Amino acid sequence: MSENIVSVNNLSVSFDYQENFLSKKQKIKAVNNINIKIKKGSFFGLVGESGSGKTTLGRAILGANKISTGNVIFHDDDRDFDLTTINSKEMKEYRKKAQLIFQDPYAALSPRMTVRDIIAEPLEVMKITNSREETDERVRDIAAKCRLNLEHLRRFPHAFSGGQRQRISIARALVSNPKFIVADESVAALDVSIQADILNLLKQLQNELNLTYLFISHDLSVVAHVCDIVAVMYLGHIVEMAPSRELFRNPRHPYTKALLSSIPSIDPENKSKAIELEGEIPSAMNPPSGCVFRTRCPHASPDGKEGNIEMGLEEVEPDHWVDRCGVSCG
Amino acid sequence: MTHLLEINNLDVKFDTDEGRITAIDNVSLTLDQGKVLGIVGESGSGKSVTAKSIMQLNPGNTIYNDNAEIIIDDENVLKFTSKNDLKKIRGGKVSMIFQEPMASFAPAIKIGYQMVEQLMIHKPMDKKEAKNISIDMLNRVGIADAEKRFNQYAFELSGGMRQRAMIAMALSTMPKLLLADEPTTALDVTIQAQVINLMKDIIKEYNMGVIFITHDLGVIAQVADDVAVMYLGSVVEQGPVNEILKNPMHPYTKGLINALPDINNLDAALTPIPGNIPSPLDRPSGCVFRTRCPHASKEGKEENIEMGLVEIKPGHWLDKCGVDCGKT
Repeated sequence: MSENIVSVNNLSVSFDYQENFLSKKQKIKAVNNINIKIKKGSFFGLVGESGSGKTTLGRAILGANKISTGNVIFHDDDRDFDLTTINSKEMKEYRKKAQLIFQDPYAALSPRMTVRDIIAEPLEVMKITNSREETDERVRDIAAKCRLNLEHLRRFPHAFSGGQRQRISIARALVSNPKFIVADESVAALDVSIQADILNLLKQLQNELNLTYLFISHDLSVVAHVCDIVAVMYLGHIVEMAPSRELFRNPRHPYTKALLSSIPSIDPENKSKAIELEGEIPSAMNPPSGCVFRTRCPHASPDGKEGNIEMGLEEVEPDHWVDRCGVSCG
Repeated sequence: MTHLLEINNLDVKFDTDEGRITAIDNVSLTLDQGKVLGIVGESGSGKSVTAKSIMQLNPGNTIYNDNAEIIIDDENVLKFTSKNDLKKIRGGKVSMIFQEPMASFAPAIKIGYQMVEQLMIHKPMDKKEAKNISIDMLNRVGIADAEKRFNQYAFELSGGMRQRAMIAMALSTMPKLLLADEPTTALDVTIQAQVINLMKDIIKEYNMGVIFITHDLGVIAQVADDVAVMYLGSVVEQGPVNEILKNPMHPYTKGLINALPDINNLDAALTPIPGNIPSPLDRPSGCVFRTRCPHASKEGKEENIEMGLVEIKPGHWLDKCGVDCGKT
């Protein structure tokens, strides 16, 4: 039995793009040569700006995006699912094991279904339960775990606040008893006071139900608090990956450093200036050659030698991986 | 010295199908030239409604109370009704930057045309002059290739660039007062840092007054001089930013700070504020925070406390109910 639940090997995901019907088709690489292993029972964080490929990677692991090269393997107790060769029958099986929690709790719930029907839908679609009584039993069980009242189940989503809706989304994702959850910006749409509540709930459910999370977020302070291990993405590449304490104490890549310094401090006297990055994340349509970060890197050399460095992670300390170009720069 | 902006006893109510709801209850704020006043609070606390009242941008079913005053240059702008008067505050003396820069530009009209149009409405100048000023402003906010951007549409610009263009447009009429409603919320953190630094420079250079609305206490700490904490339409605590964030007294302010993940202290547990912000349709009587307050008494005596700010230290104002609560 493997200690990992998901292995991603040399994964790339590209999309076809055509500017207009006359122009040539291009390939956009949204995710580029990613290698990660997610340990069973871990809270794996994925951070980066919009356009860095976080969501694409998460969706590829769930089998919702086509994999261009490389592979993703999901290790269940007694069998492996290879997402590159998976057939539709196996996919149905896989869906029970791996689920997704969406970002926007307002868009993710159908306004015409009662909360009970929303939570029960996965059970019915996947034909997990055999009778209505059994379905109701499962729904009640998971609703209680997500701190929803039985009385809530009869109502429609419009009666609920953002935090409660997110708890309904979580209940729906967990009702099929999955082992692996991708939480894509699951607290980004919530107020801070509610955000803390949802994060605590995710943690608690992890312990109760033995879950493994891939937690996608742009908010470093949230990731620092809940995740065991964090990977920082930039333009389709992972530029740094380490256990979260190590990463936040000792960031090595200039992009990670800039991200960390950009978080506004709540202490008004702490006016430590953010490392200001020039410009914005380049378009994935024509990414810089070599080190993808070089166009915004404060340490980029004037002769542009970073253009010839091939990207790839190196282990600088046990479990602390940094992109080759970032190891020595600065 | 007179203040740049003075809001006195503002109540805002909306007539809806479900009844009349209170959005703002007895809010008084002042702002001086060259200062930044931060307003923080959860969604639904009335931050944006307060700012929109200044420009009378609230929808048609809004009811202001008769003794409310919003004074800019010795004039009560709430009493403005004619188009000409409103033009003085909408884009003239006061400008606003909104949260979602994509939604604030018209999608089918070039950025440049929109900038020139509003300049010519407010200032007596011809098209050419307005164009020069606009391009100047775009350069000033750090947009490279300003001349090219001037002739582009909003969708051709990236998020950070659009927000810069929005700032350039808001500032081109040289307002005395800038209302910034969550200007950095939709931006990535590295871009947020750029925009915050830009705004700080510009505020200093033009010596304008700014109301900065955000739910992010970190942003407030870095930008604002003073801060007002709002909850369900009431200001519950107010004062200099350093004092309020270092020495919060109201249980709501404390709750907000404790709920925030602190990057310097990863071991601290995250403490949510229990419950949800109540619907404005059933606004609690007395202290509005009592339904979520950790110090609320069992017998519910907070129901009968009238809300109102008292000065507990020079400059530090706190809601009456919050003064004693939590002290045992």
